[in-house]
Amino acid sequence: MATIDADAGPQVTARQSWFASRVDKLGVVVALLAAIGALVGPFVTFRENRIVLGEARSIATALPVWAAVLLFVVVALAALVALLRTHAMLRLAASLAAVLALALLVGYAAAYLTPEGNSYARISPAWGFWLLVFDFAILTADSLTRLRLPPLARIGVLVLSACALALVIASGSWDQLSIMKEYAGRADTFWQQAGQHVLLAFGSLAAAVVAGVPLGILCHRVPPVRASVLNVLNILQTIPSIALFGILIAPLGWVAANVPGAAAIGVSGIGTAPAFVALFAYSLLPVVANTVVGLAGVPRAANDAARGMGMTDGQRLMRVEFPLAFPVILTGIRIVLVQNIGLATIAALIGGGGFGVFVFQGIGQTAMDLVLLGAVPTVALAFAAAIVLDALIELSNRTGREGASA
Amino acid sequence: MKRFLPLAIRLAVLVLLIVFITEPNVFAPVFKPLTENNAPPIYNQGSLLTLTLLHLRVVLTATVAATIVAVGLAILVTRPSGREFLPLSRSLVNVGQTFPPVAVLALAVPAVGFGQKPTLIALFLYGLLPIFENALTALTTLPNAVMEAARGSGMTNFQRLLRVELPLAFPVILAGIRLSVVIGLATATIGSTVAAKTLGEVIIAGLLSNNIAFVLQGGLIVGALAVLIYDALSGLERLAARRMAPKEEAG
Repeated sequence: MATIDADAGPQVTARQSWFASRVDKLGVVVALLAAIGALVGPFVTFRENRIVLGEARSIATALPVWAAVLLFVVVALAALVALLRTHAMLRLAASLAAVLALALLVGYAAAYLTPEGNSYARISPAWGFWLLVFDFAILTADSLTRLRLPPLARIGVLVLSACALALVIASGSWDQLSIMKEYAGRADTFWQQAGQHVLLAFGSLAAAVVAGVPLGILCHRVPPVRASVLNVLNILQTIPSIALFGILIAPLGWVAANVPGAAAIGVSGIGTAPAFVALFAYSLLPVVANTVVGLAGVPRAANDAARGMGMTDGQRLMRVEFPLAFPVILTGIRIVLVQNIGLATIAALIGGGGFGVFVFQGIGQTAMDLVLLGAVPTVALAFAAAIVLDALIELSNRTGREGASA
Repeated sequence: MKRFLPLAIRLAVLVLLIVFITEPNVFAPVFKPLTENNAPPIYNQGSLLTLTLLHLRVVLTATVAATIVAVGLAILVTRPSGREFLPLSRSLVNVGQTFPPVAVLALAVPAVGFGQKPTLIALFLYGLLPIFENALTALTTLPNAVMEAARGSGMTNFQRLLRVELPLAFPVILAGIRLSVVIGLATATIGSTVAAKTLGEVIIAGLLSNNIAFVLQGGLIVGALAVLIYDALSGLERLAARRMAPKEEAG
């Protein structure tokens, strides 16, 4: 008995360590979600027209046999790669292959299910599809994290993914999907609103940087100003966005009517002007606060050395304080940009345009494909902006440190 | 005097707020100049008090749910058995923050319908991120000496979590909750675009009927609520931090 017991102990731990050394914990979750998405969840929803309720179609009933088998095999292989402890490169390749297969085959399913010559039928991706995409996006994100890509490589991956997406769209394989049908009906307006959205988000950011950084420097140099400026900006931040957009209608309308030339440069009570001013107001706090924090974090020794070298206040600011504070200021800019891209959707409520136009039109018509047409590009834009700025922040941190050590 | 003044201002704001949401008609003359064509100066399509309470209820429900899930998740990924999920959960949090509130609301509608539910989902998701981030920061940066002492005194993992880690992390977690409440208060107004009963209704009614008085009322109530709740939670946080300080010295 005793010998068996003694044997059982190490065997159990050996089996456990075999399990732990071969099976990836995250992979268990990924494989489970993949199984639910592929076997339980509906792949697409089929509707007679754009506003009626649809019927769910699973992978097997939405695709011809060869395509369904292909998709099952790709998903199963990718899940297996995730489940076992494998190299990050292989995991990345498997997850990307799965995402690509899903993207192409959902378009194929739409083309396959659309009856010949019927332009009213709508086929949209259903939750099983979204779960699978989310699942393999997690796997992609995890393998990218494990690879520890340098900042420029991350931007490269982003550009490549954007190109792949553009190729898929340009190839026409998504043309029968409901969101692309909504797009086809309003391609001109779409790009016009996209331009407006970018103008609102980036323009207000630029204005906030031009005004906010000097204001932050002033706050840093004159402590009494700091408290009052930051308090006012903090309170501004608590006013809900739709209220701020609305409140600005009155004063800007008054300016347009009473200040000569204001109306000529596009100032008016509704439309772009109040949206721009509201986004600018929200952007100020992160920019000013981060400038103050960045400048306060400059080591005293660096400042003393600069003074000792006989630099003037202005030189010290430009050559020592500002470069050292730059990464923190950039972090503020990242916060503002991602926030502005999201908030700019609300501008549509007061006639300011942007992707919000489609979102609110879609909510009004209970046409969810139209909502998606507004929401998906907004999310993509915010996501891309976050990746690019995160990479820039890392780069600026690195050069800042190198500069300091050199 | 210097310490008394901010408190007096806050009390005044609180009294004003309570009077405004219970007896809004008292303020009719103040808002009258903002209206045109004899439009009503005070929101008249429902009780401001009810809307305020519903607004607070949505935010509270979402925040409580978000706190439980976020703190639970943070505990999970900081245990040895959950370590593998730590880098991924960090990047998921980052990605989550890039989703615009309007998009979350609009995308939740097909799944759960119009009304309160999509707002709750959006608020819950937005509330998760700051709390999770703060809880994670707090739990991963606990002073080593304290942890060693706790281990040395023979505490089990669970006791350590309950008696040492969570109490030490509490002020930082509270800061995350404060942030998420303030974001939630503002985001709940957007919920009215998908027919949730919140103070956003007042603002949207104003936007639709071109009545600035309504917009201003809705905005001011939400703003005042946010400032007051923010201050109250900051006070609570300082209290918690002060309570923790002597213990840290002892440890």
